[in-house]
Amino acid sequence: MLITGPDREVFISGVAEAPLGEVRDHSELSMIALAAREALADAGLTLRDVDGLFVNYLGEEGTVQVGEYLGIQPSYSDSSDLGGAAFVAFLGHASAALQTGRCRVALIVYASRQRTRATRKLNHWNEKATSPQFEQPYGLPAPMGQFGLLAARHMYEYGTTPEQLASVAVTARQWAGLNPKAWKRDPLTIDDVLESRLICAPLHRLDCCLVTDGGGAIVLTIGDRARDSANTPIRVAGTGESARQWHIPQLPSLEASPGVAAARAALQMAEVGHADIDVFEPYDASTISVLLALEDVGFCARGDAGAFVQEGNLTATGSLPSITSGGGLSYCHPGALGILLVIEAVRQLRGQAGARQVPGATVGLVHGIGGLFSTAATAVLVRG
Amino acid sequence: MVESVFDWADPTTAHLWEAASKEQLVIQQCGACRQYQFYPRPFCLACDSDDIGWVAASGQGTVYSQTTVHLKAAPELGLVTPYVVAVVQLEEGPRLLTNLTGEACRIGSPVQVSWRSRPGQAPVPVFGLATP
Repeated sequence: MLITGPDREVFISGVAEAPLGEVRDHSELSMIALAAREALADAGLTLRDVDGLFVNYLGEEGTVQVGEYLGIQPSYSDSSDLGGAAFVAFLGHASAALQTGRCRVALIVYASRQRTRATRKLNHWNEKATSPQFEQPYGLPAPMGQFGLLAARHMYEYGTTPEQLASVAVTARQWAGLNPKAWKRDPLTIDDVLESRLICAPLHRLDCCLVTDGGGAIVLTIGDRARDSANTPIRVAGTGESARQWHIPQLPSLEASPGVAAARAALQMAEVGHADIDVFEPYDASTISVLLALEDVGFCARGDAGAFVQEGNLTATGSLPSITSGGGLSYCHPGALGILLVIEAVRQLRGQAGARQVPGATVGLVHGIGGLFSTAATAVLVRG
Repeated sequence: MVESVFDWADPTTAHLWEAASKEQLVIQQCGACRQYQFYPRPFCLACDSDDIGWVAASGQGTVYSQTTVHLKAAPELGLVTPYVVAVVQLEEGPRLLTNLTGEACRIGSPVQVSWRSRPGQAPVPVFGLATP
């Protein structure tokens, strides 16, 4: 059901990053508190106003633990585990909760210190009963093993080249050079990527995202409350999500990617076309993730994404500025990137992105993926 | 105590591991719509029938995709880096995750099943280039 009318429009009215990079002077919870309070201040609100709480990966009964820490007793809680895509999916879940009066101020938060803790494990991979029987004996390192299999198949079906994959990492690094908060800012070449060591062939180390600490917070409000907010509110114009498979052999084809259904739903709800998108924030867990995102969302025909990136279309002067923060490949990847993709899109649409600002950006598309290329969530965000 | 694959088995998958312990690869086939499926469930994914039975797979398939892993595997897996993880499409249709052993394969290569033994557990199906 589509709930419409100006008093039912949902806006992102505050955003903030948590401390990023390598965080030794905070716990995950204190990082969340910093980000939440900064995002609420950005919206002209305080923790006392929050009655909807959305978290993922923050422990057993995560909304309860985080709620207690922040002193929030939410009337609406959601910890749907859609992996890293959850934070994009939460834009849709929060919109529905706000539009049906289940809450009036929704707060999405996340933090992780997987760099400092020297772990890549969040809390769920391969702990389902089927994986120990049918997947774990074969030593597929999640999730880069899955991305390696997807990349190899993409190369086989469409002739995608290692150089085209590498051009995604080079593009992300160019953007990161414009972002003072990016973890890696030194220039990167195609050869640097191809000469970095193989991880899960055909993917090299520099085809894979960073392992850093970080997190963030997003505040959503509805109707007049949003329009009165301290900063330019950004409207959540369309959202979509899809969960497809846990085990990669169960994905029928590249064309059946979960991103296809998620993006179609978001674009239809927002009533915008691909040509309307000024800035694209795909979840770049790996270089192949970006090629798949371009094709899943429909910016490219199947098999054309490699050439599309190589031609420079994702750069600051290209037809589709993308990965504008530097992304998971060069800016920050705290285990789950989705929340930072939304924050970057909001900054771009507010015109607050500094040296990396896409001039006049008014429509942004965020495309998150989660799990083992299992889930996808898309959001279309609009200024005004 | 060595963790056994049977600790994870349920009444549906137990049959598969009993067959595996005799180095037989079995998959499910629906009695109603004749579709094959892997991994096993207590119903047919294609038509929702309960009439699901077991058949011996031919053990022949093709490589759908593969990745060579250069990261260190957990030592208990018995894998030496670099090793190849693949999705193999069985002749009957279903796909499964596996390792490729022996002579190098490519996507599309015909492969056939063999078995890798594991201490205290049923062997797991792996695949190698099919002999013509």
